[in-house]
Amino acid sequence: MLCASGRLLAAQAATTLPAPPRASGPALHCRRRELHFPGYPELPSCDPLAGRLVRQSVPPGQRAIRRRGKMPPATGGGLAESELRPRRGRCGPQASRAAGRDVAARAAARNPKGLAWGSRRFETASRWALLALVTLLSFATRFHRLDEPPHICWDETHFGKMGSYYINRTFFFDVHPPLGKMLIGLAGYLSGYDGTFLFQKPGDKYEHHSYMGMRGLCAFLGSWLVPFAYLTVLDLSKSLSAALLTAALLTFDTGCLTLSQYILLDPILMFFIMAAMLSMVKYNSCVDRPFSALWWFWLSLTGVSLAGALGVKFVGLFIILQVGLNTIADLWYLFGDLSLSLVTVGKHVTARVLCLIVLPLALYTATFAVHFMVLSKSGPGDGFFSSAFQARLSGNNLHNASIPEHLAYGSEITVKNLQMAIGYLHSHRHLYPEGIGARQQQVTTYLHKDYNNLWIIKKHNTNSDPLDPSFPVEFVRHGDIIRLEHKETSRNLHSHYHEAPLTRKHYQVTGYGINGTGDSNDFWRIEVVNRKFGNRIKVLRSRIRLIHLVTGCVLGSSGKVLPRWGWEQLEVTCTPYLKETLNSLWNVEDHINPKLPNISLNVLQPSFPEILLESHMVMIWGNNGLKPKDNEFTSKPWHWPINYQGLRFSGVNDTDFRVYLLGNPVVWWLNLLSIVLYLLSGSIIAVAMQRGTRVPAEVAGLSQVLLRGGGQVLLGWMLHYFPFFLMGRVLYFHHYFPAMLFSSMLTGFSPLLCSRHSVGHPPAALCLGLGLLAPGQGHTHGGNPEPPPGHRLQLLPLPPSGLRDGWSPGPGPPKSYGRTKVARLMGILRPLRRFQPGSRNFPEEPAGTQYWTLPAVRKLPKEPEEFCCPPGPSCGSAPGTEASIGESRSSVHSTTEDSNLQAAPWCAAQRRMGARGWTWVRVYVRAHCPYPFGTQTV
Amino acid sequence: MWGFLKRPVVVTANINLHLVALTGMGLLSRLWQLTYPRAVVFDEVYYGQYISFYMKRIFFLDDSGPPFGHMVLALGGYLGGFDGNFLWNRIGAEYSSNVPVWSLRLLPALAGALSVPMAYQIVLELHFSHCAAVGAALLMLIENALITQSRLMLLEAVLIFFNLLAVLSYLKFFNCQKQSPFSLSWWFWLTLTGVACSCAVGVKYMGVFTYMLMLVVAAVHAWHLIGDQTLSNVRVFCHLLARAVALLVIPAVLYLLFFYIHLTVLFRSGPHDQIMSSAFQASLEGGLARITQGQPLEVAFGSQVTLRSVFGKPVPCWLHSHQNTYPMIYENGRGSSHQQQVTCYPFKDVNNWWIVKDPRRHQLVVSSPPRPVRHGDMVQLVHGMTARSLNTHDVAAPMSPHSQEVSCYIDYNISMPAQNLWRLEIVNRRSDTEVWKTILSEVRFVHVNTSAVLKLSGAHLPDWGFRQLEIVGEKLSRGYHDSTVWNVEEHRYGTSQEQREREWELNSPVQVDASRNLSFMARFSELQWRMLVLRSDDSEHKYSSSPLEWVTLDTNIAYWLHPRTSAQIHLLGNIVIWVSGSLALAIYMLLFLWYLLRRRRNVHDLPQDAWLCWVLAGSLCGGGWAVNYLPFFLMEKTLFLYHYLPALTFQILLLPVVLQHISDHLCRRFRRGPDEAPQEPRGRSRG
Repeated sequence: MLCASGRLLAAQAATTLPAPPRASGPALHCRRRELHFPGYPELPSCDPLAGRLVRQSVPPGQRAIRRRGKMPPATGGGLAESELRPRRGRCGPQASRAAGRDVAARAAARNPKGLAWGSRRFETASRWALLALVTLLSFATRFHRLDEPPHICWDETHFGKMGSYYINRTFFFDVHPPLGKMLIGLAGYLSGYDGTFLFQKPGDKYEHHSYMGMRGLCAFLGSWLVPFAYLTVLDLSKSLSAALLTAALLTFDTGCLTLSQYILLDPILMFFIMAAMLSMVKYNSCVDRPFSALWWFWLSLTGVSLAGALGVKFVGLFIILQVGLNTIADLWYLFGDLSLSLVTVGKHVTARVLCLIVLPLALYTATFAVHFMVLSKSGPGDGFFSSAFQARLSGNNLHNASIPEHLAYGSEITVKNLQMAIGYLHSHRHLYPEGIGARQQQVTTYLHKDYNNLWIIKKHNTNSDPLDPSFPVEFVRHGDIIRLEHKETSRNLHSHYHEAPLTRKHYQVTGYGINGTGDSNDFWRIEVVNRKFGNRIKVLRSRIRLIHLVTGCVLGSSGKVLPRWGWEQLEVTCTPYLKETLNSLWNVEDHINPKLPNISLNVLQPSFPEILLESHMVMIWGNNGLKPKDNEFTSKPWHWPINYQGLRFSGVNDTDFRVYLLGNPVVWWLNLLSIVLYLLSGSIIAVAMQRGTRVPAEVAGLSQVLLRGGGQVLLGWMLHYFPFFLMGRVLYFHHYFPAMLFSSMLTGFSPLLCSRHSVGHPPAALCLGLGLLAPGQGHTHGGNPEPPPGHRLQLLPLPPSGLRDGWSPGPGPPKSYGRTKVARLMGILRPLRRFQPGSRNFPEEPAGTQYWTLPAVRKLPKEPEEFCCPPGPSCGSAPGTEASIGESRSSVHSTTEDSNLQAAPWCAAQRRMGARGWTWVRVYVRAHCPYPFGTQTV
Repeated sequence: MWGFLKRPVVVTANINLHLVALTGMGLLSRLWQLTYPRAVVFDEVYYGQYISFYMKRIFFLDDSGPPFGHMVLALGGYLGGFDGNFLWNRIGAEYSSNVPVWSLRLLPALAGALSVPMAYQIVLELHFSHCAAVGAALLMLIENALITQSRLMLLEAVLIFFNLLAVLSYLKFFNCQKQSPFSLSWWFWLTLTGVACSCAVGVKYMGVFTYMLMLVVAAVHAWHLIGDQTLSNVRVFCHLLARAVALLVIPAVLYLLFFYIHLTVLFRSGPHDQIMSSAFQASLEGGLARITQGQPLEVAFGSQVTLRSVFGKPVPCWLHSHQNTYPMIYENGRGSSHQQQVTCYPFKDVNNWWIVKDPRRHQLVVSSPPRPVRHGDMVQLVHGMTARSLNTHDVAAPMSPHSQEVSCYIDYNISMPAQNLWRLEIVNRRSDTEVWKTILSEVRFVHVNTSAVLKLSGAHLPDWGFRQLEIVGEKLSRGYHDSTVWNVEEHRYGTSQEQREREWELNSPVQVDASRNLSFMARFSELQWRMLVLRSDDSEHKYSSSPLEWVTLDTNIAYWLHPRTSAQIHLLGNIVIWVSGSLALAIYMLLFLWYLLRRRRNVHDLPQDAWLCWVLAGSLCGGGWAVNYLPFFLMEKTLFLYHYLPALTFQILLLPVVLQHISDHLCRRFRRGPDEAPQEPRGRSRG
């Protein structure tokens, strides 16, 4: 639709041709053209009259060239770069200003009366107005009826609750990094929510609690997705219609809309992902002015957004990966640019390291610092963390506790497993049931604190009471052989050659003996794994293993839940496999020994890096633990792009306010289609380029936009989608949404396929591709200024849009619209033979010069010498424009031969076209001379 | 015609004595005293079972890999005349006299022996010197882990053989490409590449990664070919087509062929039948086929059927009911309907029989002619032994309270009417009027009153339910799931009017007749799918190790222990080779990076052809190491040291390559001094 309207406008412009660009249509149109394909010879279509004027007043155009000429010359960068640089050459407001100046200059040339000022202002204004419109629409849709339903929807129960935890400053555990929830908490705090709502289960009414602040934050961040996508696509494709299409897709996608309206992490995550993408694209387009303030700004903004994305969910890693790949490619080009010294390259590397690695890491760490600082009270998350970690939390019994530091015989201790969420070594007055090992007392692990967790550490060979004051204090040392007596039941920790209740390959662990008298199966050797100084065993900090003396197995917990006879506590086994897993490592937590002095545990508090590391371990463990159970209906990644099944957000009964997360099928299936279309056309273009097919410059330009811009977006989609196939954890539909943003942006590129070269042909990409593939022997004619026409099918450079003179196939101007239309439809694959070179309207010269002539450049030098360029250091006295370029070339390449070589293509063009005085030839030369395709020799 | 009589007949043979000597030494090291531990060593206990199954033609299912590897081992047994009669029950058991140990171990040993000369040839084909090639082969020869692994009835040696064969034949093909494309040897090596790749995949799934590597390398070369503008379009197309056929089509066909042979050879039913679907089982001789043969195809009103859950998790089971009722009050205080229990029972039992009844009629026998049941028909399911009908109602199920309880209805004369109408949905129907077929149709039962679906919840009932599996009515059935799908396994037309006669009939076996067969593709896809999804949960082993321990050789595996003399076999790497291999890899990476960066700055340290050789050697050997090693970090199964051996062989190939490169380019340059370093490329050719 947008395509069509664009064409309409253009058609209008064509009908009112001689008028100066006053109306919105033409101005927009011209600017857009100019932005996309500088080399596209269509200026006359806007205003042929003005075009002729251009020819007479060269200087403004020349200025433009000189400015561009300062960009890093594309000597070593290869083909892609040389093509790309000119197009990247703008960034942000400055870029638009530059563009504006450009346009203004041309407009001035066109119309000496001074219409330029108004046109330029109009340019800028319309650009901003469109952006404002897009943003406004986005905000309006996201904030519309934000307060409904007034009850908890889906995961609001988690993230709202976690927001409350921040307000109440109680510690909790979640599998995601804290930034998203911190922002939610902050929004709640600022909007007057007091953290008292329980967020128990979906469907609970909010009643008087203020929840709009939290939802408002999510909706606010979610609303930015649309303008971000708009700007990104605009920058990548330089096409307004592409950007508008993307914005429209995202604005009207129900899934995106729904996901942005509730207290969830996804809008926050997507906000940061899109911000990172946008700023990356922006800083890429600043490539011609490195180290400018703007460049630094976008680069560091990229870093900040990356930190934000990672700080919300680990899915942020994918965008980090994308930015990383982009940066590596970028540096690779810079490194290959021989005009840059190594010092400059080093500066580039350092800048990126600083902004994309150091800065995000610092910010990410800072969010954790704030997280730990804010959450200072003991809360529901304590049990997941180690003893040392818990000592930090006020309200926890380890907080500010003072206990003896080193373990001695006779101490009463609790022993905690180092693996997360296993708990304390535990026993109780119940026996293993009949048929499960020996009928002795059960030994389990238990997550809660309890008297049955207390054990007394004793020497293996004496049963005397070590607490007797007559005995000296004897510390337990690494390698000692000990006995652990359960305090409540006075039975010893015991193991023997019976299989464990659940893990058949391990041995059973029981409580055995009467009043501490057992047998030799009660002896354990205590070993400290992380001993650095001394052999004593430190409370909290020493990681110990208990090795059974007789069987040689290691005390551990399998983490499996015992059946009801075991009170659903966890199984304890003695494993014969001497592996260093956390499951078989323990530490001493509580420690009571009246003979030893208590010291304050504050000295044992872990350092910040340690708790950072630990919380990450716990998060990863938690993420891996989210495994789907058997029989559970889980969402599969292949369900997502086809919109197979949504996600119920709210409403169990028929009467409730129901919310269902489901993408807009039109949008989603269009996205699917465009991915297929893109892959098809992209591969065809790539093959054609590899075959050395000569294509018209405009197609080459389009291909570059498609391959580079579209490629980036496609990469984003793949990075945000395919890794989910490898994940073992539970997946939900909403995991697809970051990828969906990218795929919508890719769809935005599809108008590029249909707008220009095959107007009205639905399988545009195919046509484009076929046209590219068809000329087989392009390479053989590469150096030939006059390829024999008619030997091959050739994609005609068709009128870009609208109707106008000058491009009708066949001699003479078109007689009627109808005929042109037919010709346009027919012309796609028509053999060139029918159009005789030399006829007034047939553009055979661009066919000779604008083709993609990369491999053949070598053969060129002779011709320019003969016809265009007199032998000498430059193209010399050719029309003024060229001279300047020749000089700029020769300043890069010291040898004259080089400069001739480089200047050749445009010289040839000039030779063959200049004489005729075609206005559009001028445009072509202007845009392309500084960067002819053949800047490299292979 | 008689011209050859006039001239002397001369036969000139070029024999590469290097190659002969290496082959000889390889054979010697691998075949010497091959039968020595005449006892089951380590995983022989595992592969041996499958060899026995092959010998006895009994169907089995092994999730560890496709069947080609097992078939290779079984071929040894076949050649040695093994009858399959040996109980593979423990490591260390003495082989009885009927086990041809030598021929069973022969093929892996041969594969291991031939790897030695192949290493030599690969390095040669990479355009490195004979000296380097001999070095590579010698390293392969003396690596004790490789020797150990190839002298036993294990698959790694075979996998390594095919990996190396794929690399070698691709290199030969690639070198042919320059001189004589589309010649006979060109075709031969190209095809052999495809064949070797597919054999590698057929031995173990790990082979897929080598196959991928070959595909990527071939794709890159093909991409260069596309860019070669001296070739016409047609010729390029022919090149691409030839590669596609040889590297994509042939492997796929061969892979199918392995399965075809597998399924043709194994036609008898065996211990793994239960995992497969009823239809698959019915295609095997004996087992289920014996029961299901000749039963009527179309289920009619009055048919007696057993219903098997398609899901089969945690165990395959049949819809079942028995006299006992649900307890009035469960342990947690919830109440039940106190009606007759309906469960899923993993064993064959007379209580698994159900009668399909037309709700509008009373009789439980098949009318003549039989009226077939179609998709969408309303049926009642009457339990054969108790004559009560399957019922569900709005009562919470015992273990899954969010679902409805399913029971057999007992009329207690309270205000709880029977809700025993079910609508039949055939899931895999082709048309909406399709008839319900024995074994072939997968059906769902949708309750008419509540639209709940009959489902196997997977939970075990407590003692009152005899630990059988729970059946529930799923109210909110979200889409298709196997746990709601059932199929008829045993089936006969009921003929007895009286309950007593019917009980007698149910207890009697079903009649026997001709068999029905599944198509090969259906069997293949089912078997392949089951192999991929089957997970053995036992994930701990005394000698299991993590990938990181392999590189540093921090682990070993005890393979065998002599019961009396304490003689032992251990799988243990040669530490010198392992360390130097890792070093070579690291040096390669560093040098490669260094050259790459320098080239980017237009400093060409190496001549172009040497650079290309260097890159190709690295991408094949280093890449081979990476693709055979790195994926293990993502795997969750139990890993052992021997998983590293394929990666190790590639590392061994890289070692002499790096050494030669250092001596050729770096040392020479060092001798000449840095000033004299070849400078000509600088600044001349760019880009």
